[in-house]
Amino acid sequence: MQEFVEATSQAGDSSHLATARQRESQTRVINRAKELLADGTVARVLGWKAGDLPYNPEPAYFEKEEDFADFVYNGFCGANLSKYMIEASKLEGKTLVCLKPCDTYSFQELMKEHRVDRDKAYIIGVGCKGKLDIEKIKAMGIKGIKSISGAEIEDGAETLTIDTIYGEKTCSYADAMLERCHVCKGKDHVIFDETIGESKETNDGDRFTEVEKIEAMSPEEKFAFFQKELSKCIRCNACRNVCPACSCRKCVFDSNKFDSEQKANVDSFEEKMFHIIRAFHVAGRCTDCGECSRVCPQGIRLHLFNRKFIKDINELYGEYQAGADLEPRTPLTDYNVEDAEPGIVAERG
Amino acid sequence: MYKIARENLTALFQKIAAEQELYLPVRNEGQVNFGVWTEDADVDIDTLKTVKSPKDAFFPQSETLYTCVRDGKKINIEPEALKEQDFVVFGMRACDVRGVEVLDKVFLVDPLDTFYAARRDHGTLVALACHEPEETCFCKAFGVDAAEPAADVATWLIGDDLCWKPLTEKGEALTKVLSDVLTEDAQVDAAVEKEKEAIHDIVEQLPYSNLSLDGWNGDVLMEKFEDPLWDELYKPCLACGTCTFVCPTCQCYDIKDYDTGKNGVQRYRCWDSCMYSDFTMMAHGNNRTTQKERFRQRFMHKLVYYPANNNGMYSCVGCGRCVEKCPAALNIVKVIKAFEKQGGEQ
Amino acid sequence: MSIEKNEEFRPKIVAFCCNWCSYAGADLAGSSRMTYSADVKIIRVPCSCRVNPMFILRAFERGADGVIMCGCHPGDCHYTSGNYYARRRMTLLFSMLDYIGVESGRTRVEWVSAAEGAKFSETMHEFVDKITSLGKNVRLEDLRCRNL
Repeated sequence: MQEFVEATSQAGDSSHLATARQRESQTRVINRAKELLADGTVARVLGWKAGDLPYNPEPAYFEKEEDFADFVYNGFCGANLSKYMIEASKLEGKTLVCLKPCDTYSFQELMKEHRVDRDKAYIIGVGCKGKLDIEKIKAMGIKGIKSISGAEIEDGAETLTIDTIYGEKTCSYADAMLERCHVCKGKDHVIFDETIGESKETNDGDRFTEVEKIEAMSPEEKFAFFQKELSKCIRCNACRNVCPACSCRKCVFDSNKFDSEQKANVDSFEEKMFHIIRAFHVAGRCTDCGECSRVCPQGIRLHLFNRKFIKDINELYGEYQAGADLEPRTPLTDYNVEDAEPGIVAERG
Repeated sequence: MYKIARENLTALFQKIAAEQELYLPVRNEGQVNFGVWTEDADVDIDTLKTVKSPKDAFFPQSETLYTCVRDGKKINIEPEALKEQDFVVFGMRACDVRGVEVLDKVFLVDPLDTFYAARRDHGTLVALACHEPEETCFCKAFGVDAAEPAADVATWLIGDDLCWKPLTEKGEALTKVLSDVLTEDAQVDAAVEKEKEAIHDIVEQLPYSNLSLDGWNGDVLMEKFEDPLWDELYKPCLACGTCTFVCPTCQCYDIKDYDTGKNGVQRYRCWDSCMYSDFTMMAHGNNRTTQKERFRQRFMHKLVYYPANNNGMYSCVGCGRCVEKCPAALNIVKVIKAFEKQGGEQ
Repeated sequence: MSIEKNEEFRPKIVAFCCNWCSYAGADLAGSSRMTYSADVKIIRVPCSCRVNPMFILRAFERGADGVIMCGCHPGDCHYTSGNYYARRRMTLLFSMLDYIGVESGRTRVEWVSAAEGAKFSETMHEFVDKITSLGKNVRLEDLRCRNL
């Protein structure tokens, strides 16, 4: 609690500087984008447009100079724009896309799968100091939000100051961060044409801790845990549709050729089937970008499935990070004669 | 008017549950949704909005309609029984109640949906006024009064008390059942009036409360349908069904067969979403081939088609669930505002 | 139904067998007059690599109590490398099933060549015993399939 109070006062002192820095960073992206649009390098810009609430910017295309009045890049720009590049790759001309360090992994993975066209993209790697989760802020009981300061991208503030109808509230930036940012892959963009802005180290946890905790449970406990977690699923498919790895033109779950139903919340089995198979289909290709967990309206920790596969792949077939390179062979499209036998699962216990 | 101390609410729930099923907001793994009350349920009536709306109580996400079983050379068709037990939905909000009214206009007209009608007959709605409305709320724009829900019973949480006011016959009947736990108190009225005023004050401050619906009605069908603005608006849409599944008024459903593998078929219906590629799929394919058309359908339905068929009543109630849950931060408010802005420029 | 009638528990077992080795192995077991339990239902697949993880889950959904996949020994695949890929897939899938709380004995992979009729018979006996001891699969079944 003591630290919390101190952080608040520090933020208060430097807030005017923060605003200036934010303006500078956002302006640099905007200016560069305008330049590239003007000289014809790119035909459009894919970024974020300010929302009508302080925390809901939406992915948007900018094609004209005047559109940029709404351009925003702040802590709430969590959306991974790589997914949108699949469609943008089909458009005439290049698209300038703003990618955060973790988004670049997804982009590179999509390149490897020939789902995006590198020649159609001009990548500006934007800095990131961790993205915010409005659900976490609301879970702290903060509601009636009018404005939020401290979410600006190059603001050093450790605290968010939130003005609400019910009074001014504060919370630490780290506490409001998305889960994925606590296990961030790093500050470096793996693919870019240029970078603008600094990134901050936000990693303060191990991404497999939760997985290990579940692995240590008894089968009964494991089953009860997932039963409870997955019983929340409403089959909205947000996890699938936001996932950059789920880029099939037609998903197996959308097929009416078999009796699995992509939208019916009918039986606990269907939900398990969906989530296991979805995680399996992206195994070895999932960059752990965390979008599935971010968008789930029921707060299901979907990354627990993906990370289990990642952990197994790392342990059995060697450390692997999807999207880190352009090597064509992924763990599941490759093999080794000495691979472990499936019986290892029972042996490991 | 009646009241009950907050700490005695469990007694109230027990009393209701003794004779009827009781649905109310329950917290499960961090999320609050309407669920069946049990002794160990983690009841949460302070969270303003449940993730899903309470429409499940009347129109479940999926329900079996009938089952066919082959018995030798015969096929037995066993229709699913209609709801026969009375139940209470406690803790609905004013917007949710209006949502049920919207569903009524779809399911209770000819041809009557018997499954829905049976649930409506047996259900009693106990609504809770919104003590602290949030920035995503815009019920005022749709003429809903967050301070006085139009349910069978309206309730207010004021300080340590829950104030209880029956509004219909069903509400009176329920109140009678609960006469042991409720205390009649004429002084409550003044407190409720004060609370209503406070709620109205807050509603006035909400950013969306002044949302204008000018230009949205059943007469602007082609004009709105053909508007080039849709070409831009749909772009961030990921085509998931979150908005439709959390919505208290989305009423589209699909009917499917499930082959149970052993000489049996279960026919069930489940919510459908106009965002999905197989929505209204027909033998020849789909009328709506792109996401733009699917996206447009949702808003045209809520703001144009539905009013055209229902004397101008919109099928959006301003609960703001879509505002909170859309993965791409799209929502009906942004659509309405975009048209308003375009109108201003013209 | 058998459960409700309180008869002795007979597990339902699905065996995916590759056309070139394991299916031939099963055939050999039969022509050599070796036995394997009638509870095992064989589904012939062109290669163990054809087995989609969804097949396994679907089998459980439909009421299987155990699923076993048999293919050519590593290195002997008719299509050179199919079973190597299958091996990775099944390892990961089984691990995931274990992770969500399904008893790990319910799934198994065994490599059986066309000459190993005895091994096929033995494997199936063992697997049936294992599943019988685990009892009915309730964690992955679809309730809708149970009621009819």
